Amino acid sequence: MTTLPPDVELVEALRRGDAGVFAAVLDAWSSSMIRLARSFTTDHASAEDVVQETWLAVLNGVHGFEGRSSLRTWVYRILVNTARRQAARASRTVPWTSLLPEDHGPTVDPSCFQDSDGGYPGHWRELPPAWVSPESSALSAEVHALLARALDGLPPRQRVVISLRDVDGHTADEVCAILRISAANQRVLLHRARAAVRQQLAGYLAGSEDGA
Amino acid sequence: MNCDELVELVTAFLDDALDGRTRERFLEHLALCEGCERYLDQMRITIAQLGRVRPVPLPAESRDRMLAAFEGWYGR
Repeated sequence: MTTLPPDVELVEALRRGDAGVFAAVLDAWSSSMIRLARSFTTDHASAEDVVQETWLAVLNGVHGFEGRSSLRTWVYRILVNTARRQAARASRTVPWTSLLPEDHGPTVDPSCFQDSDGGYPGHWRELPPAWVSPESSALSAEVHALLARALDGLPPRQRVVISLRDVDGHTADEVCAILRISAANQRVLLHRARAAVRQQLAGYLAGSEDGA
Repeated sequence: MNCDELVELVTAFLDDALDGRTRERFLEHLALCEGCERYLDQMRITIAQLGRVRPVPLPAESRDRMLAAFEGWYGR
């Protein structure tokens, strides 16, 4: 991802109408904005509409931006509000404030652990198999494709939270502010998503060099 | 702490969101358990790999539309 100038300069440039800076911001943020919008909308085209509407609202509002959050958090909050309004018009709302059945239960298959018949109930039956390093260039393209599929396969809210945290690098506080969810729910969604992605990676990286 | 409890606390641990006593129990267990040490490592690798996922670029048509909207905004 391109390195953008600090917020003060970005805001200044956007207020001035600097098209080069706008293009850089657009390129740096839009794909994660589309992904975020997709969790509220039914199709890709409406997600793009939401992103476009968001940018217009940003240009409209940037003169009043006070810097109480980072520019990016502020933009993403506008996006979420825009997407929610659109989803409400389409009578399709994803509940964000409460957890769903998919957010409960163990994140690791309980059969991996000894039951009360074992010598150590609640402890691993066998070590999780060791992984080969994903760093080698031969693996990295395949790992990348696998991660993209794993993210696509997550429930929408889990996908949004893990994308914001681990792919885009937002802090927990920023994600709570963008989505207006509690710290506890943010953590539950993130943990479930990470455990599911780890499981997908394990299927690929668990080598035969060691472990069961 | 048992392994099946520890695996559910990994994200809270990494975000430094465990209370003092739970964090202590987490670390005590981790020090003695190869399986949980490996699980935590693999979660860290998962997070690091996710950080390398490159964004799918905005479709050119959509990018052009937004740049035109920007220029239209300031051209008025």
